[in-house]
Amino acid sequence: MYDLIIIGAGPAGITASVYSARKKINFLVITEDIGGQAAWSGDIENYTGYQFITGPELASKFEEHMLRYGISLREGEGVTEVKRVEDRIVVKTEKGQYESKTVIIASGKRSRELAVPGEKEFKNKGLTYCATCDAPLFAGKDVAVIGGGNSALDAALQLMNIARRVYLINIVPRLTGDPVMIEKVEGSAVVSIMNNARVLEIFGGKMVSGIKVRGEGRENTLSVEGVFVEIGLIPNSYLAPDVAKNSLGEIKVDYYNQTNIPGIFAAGDVTDVPEKQIVIAAGEGSKASLAAIRYLNQHK
Amino acid sequence: MTKKVSVYSTPACPYCVRVKQFLKENAVIFEDIDVSMNQEAAQEMIKKSGQMGVPVIDINGEIIVGFDKEKIKMALEL
Repeated sequence: MYDLIIIGAGPAGITASVYSARKKINFLVITEDIGGQAAWSGDIENYTGYQFITGPELASKFEEHMLRYGISLREGEGVTEVKRVEDRIVVKTEKGQYESKTVIIASGKRSRELAVPGEKEFKNKGLTYCATCDAPLFAGKDVAVIGGGNSALDAALQLMNIARRVYLINIVPRLTGDPVMIEKVEGSAVVSIMNNARVLEIFGGKMVSGIKVRGEGRENTLSVEGVFVEIGLIPNSYLAPDVAKNSLGEIKVDYYNQTNIPGIFAAGDVTDVPEKQIVIAAGEGSKASLAAIRYLNQHK
Repeated sequence: MTKKVSVYSTPACPYCVRVKQFLKENAVIFEDIDVSMNQEAAQEMIKKSGQMGVPVIDINGEIIVGFDKEKIKMALEL
């Protein structure tokens, strides 16, 4: 049985593992990927010590720091359930089951899905959640961006210089992002903004060929080859069914990163801590590690 | 035997950066194809992989989509 299992290796999980390694406790890191959302960030100019660093570079620095201690790491393994069973915590994954005295959930957030027919089928076949990655593949094509906040506007801004036509499909009456971005998008001859509009279906053959949209009481079919889903993020808290969450699904933690279940701690963007920032997630990871170690000392 | 390795990528995609870093760390020589600058290469990538997500890695004709460390290691016998 482990002293501690850390779930996730973004800024919170990695910092927790660095602190735990230095305290020489018996712990395991289980994660799908390394770097978490930080690896998906573009340019980072607010992580102390680096005036400028890209997301992938910072993720590599984090990884290097963590691996320096020769820790136990299960990469590419998704956790399916975390539960307290009597005096221990059982962590189930796609590949196995582990037991530990304490757990830190640092599983972060993921892109919110549309939950409409065709979404799963056409993922990476015209449908994408990463405009920064995939926008260049849609040069000269007609595309749809779904969403009305900053990330959707950012996608529209990138695409309006590349694509032939951009439909911006926004479920609420007005765009909600920064006014500077809204102005630019509204001023583009390439972008058609559809407010109060909801995507009903994504269809195509081998690749996406169009979407069905309901807006103002009518159903429209738009011919597009690209669909960029930018409707926000949701916390990866589903894996801990018994842990208390707020209305956004974020895990509730106290000042010591403790959840309502003894021995289960949480840190970073998966929690209800205000402000989602790399530097905050890293700090929360260190707090969670120290709190877990204190808990272990108290429950010997 | 040296294998022919090509990486199809776009400049701003984090997993593309990670794949290239990984190959460099393992001293693998590869052709770096920026599909944002080259429509023909983009079409070639879509044809080879049957999808549009980057990165795509071609290792002697074996196609790997995404930064799948295990698959890349196996294909390169690392």
